Amino acid sequence: MRVWKFGDDIDTDAIIPGRFLTIYDEKELAKHAFEGTRDDFSKLAKDGDVIVAGRNFGCGSSREHAPLALKGAGVRFIVAQSFARIFFRNAINVGLLPLVCDDTSGIRDGSSIVVKEREGKVIVEGKEYAIEPVPDFMYNIVEAAGLVGYAKQLKEIPVCTKSRQ
Amino acid sequence: MGATIVEKIFSGKCGSTIRAGDVVMAPVDGAMIHDITGPLAIQKFYEMGGERVFNPRRIIMLFDHQIPADSIEAAKNHVYMRRFAAEQGIHNYDICEGVCHQVVMEKGHAAPGEIVVGADSHTCMYGATGAFATGIGSTDMGFVLKFGALYFRVPESIRAEVNGTFQPRVGAKDLILSIAADIGADGATYKAIEFCGDTIRNLNMAGRMTCCNMAIEMGAKAGIVAPDTITWDYLKGRREMTPFILNSDPDAKYEERRSYDVTKLEPQVATPHNVDQGVPVGKVAGTHIDQIFIGSCTNGRFEDFTEAAEVLGDRKFSDKVRVIIIPSSRDEYLKTLRAGLIEKFVTAGALVEAPSCGPCMGGAFGLLAPGEVSLSTSNRNFKGRQGSTEAFVYLCSPATAAASAITGEITDPREV
Repeated sequence: MRVWKFGDDIDTDAIIPGRFLTIYDEKELAKHAFEGTRDDFSKLAKDGDVIVAGRNFGCGSSREHAPLALKGAGVRFIVAQSFARIFFRNAINVGLLPLVCDDTSGIRDGSSIVVKEREGKVIVEGKEYAIEPVPDFMYNIVEAAGLVGYAKQLKEIPVCTKSRQ
Repeated sequence: MGATIVEKIFSGKCGSTIRAGDVVMAPVDGAMIHDITGPLAIQKFYEMGGERVFNPRRIIMLFDHQIPADSIEAAKNHVYMRRFAAEQGIHNYDICEGVCHQVVMEKGHAAPGEIVVGADSHTCMYGATGAFATGIGSTDMGFVLKFGALYFRVPESIRAEVNGTFQPRVGAKDLILSIAADIGADGATYKAIEFCGDTIRNLNMAGRMTCCNMAIEMGAKAGIVAPDTITWDYLKGRREMTPFILNSDPDAKYEERRSYDVTKLEPQVATPHNVDQGVPVGKVAGTHIDQIFIGSCTNGRFEDFTEAAEVLGDRKFSDKVRVIIIPSSRDEYLKTLRAGLIEKFVTAGALVEAPSCGPCMGGAFGLLAPGEVSLSTSNRNFKGRQGSTEAFVYLCSPATAAASAITGEITDPREV
């Protein structure tokens, strides 16, 4: 699985430009992922490839088209130093797992990568990088293939029950 | 220990003490969907087994991004949403009222102490009324449509205290661009920004909306201003509510406290390609521009057009630039029209369009070609935001936009 390396502040307009937002099919969206900013991605990305980025990945718009376009391109994991809030939620909701890694600066574009999310690490060219543990509720949603599957299981919702993170 | 305004809102909704860091399934008072994110939210609602929405009167539907339909695909999305509104008994403002956030505010769909969500990142603007308002994705919105509630991680707050009096032709947009430059594009991720201090107290609702609107540009989950007489006056005739006190306790726990003095603040311009790249206008004065856009949910109100018109005076816009002016709603359009400003702008050479998002998100019209430069009162200048990824977008206040429209290059509004 190869690494697609990006920098800091990769915004949702870069992931999927505004003019494609009438499209909702993830495979169709994937054809325009990073159009104009990283044109080789949509042509060459393969199932299982991993996006690795710096800080604030997915900043900007609330468009769910952004994680859908990446999912449509075959991406299952995004490893970044930090994520923008709405993108982070949207990614989980569509069944993509955003993984936080303290320092991705040493990971190079095109490297081979293995993600061991349950073991809290990714391995790039033989070198291990620690990732933050994923909370159980995120696994529950991702394993239900996103929030839709999760919501289907709910008969009624536990309004105003709280839990500490 | 005291509580922040955000903690109080969640505690009030849930009837128990809620603190920052708690993850809570909270009921929502309002949910907004528009033509871009709405179709997917509706699809998700059905996929979740939804049949009837939780409460049709609490759902705000309108079209603003691609209106009047600019493609057959957009037209189909509009039809899909109209059908859903009719089936569910949801009032649909359709294409006639304006930009979603402005419409939510002026129709009284957000009020102090409420939790409002919108399938659009600039939903944080409603914090100007003292509501907790945040942007969510379409799947989250599908969940809200069905259940009328959503999981929230209650955010810590950053207290941004602003004091001092603005220089002439400097205002709320310059302030928020300077705060964004200070906090950074991800400096407030997952936090709420609470705006307070004398300057904020003296700001009208339009200015407070400009500030809260751009909280997301620092990664924030919400921007909020404690309600006061200005808030309650604004809500009169929009929302039947008895005024009450809602503010943070003096001993509330903040993640961070920052203070700003606007006395010497200069007009600010955010340079390509990030909102936190703000500089005093002097640093980029003289930059060539091809297109100027005055409008959007950030700065498309009557107050913004008044500011632009005062700078313009009886002059003409330069014939070197295309000036596009778009009021953010029908109400704002009418106020601007009745004050004679629309005629003034058209006479000066501007193209005035009907209320919509316009060129702000580069999806409908007013797109830029490679190499072109735009100066815009909107909220984002990301690469490709207004068209070509090889174009350049600068952000500024209505006063700076008007001054630059006169000269055809980026210009300090205090110097024209």
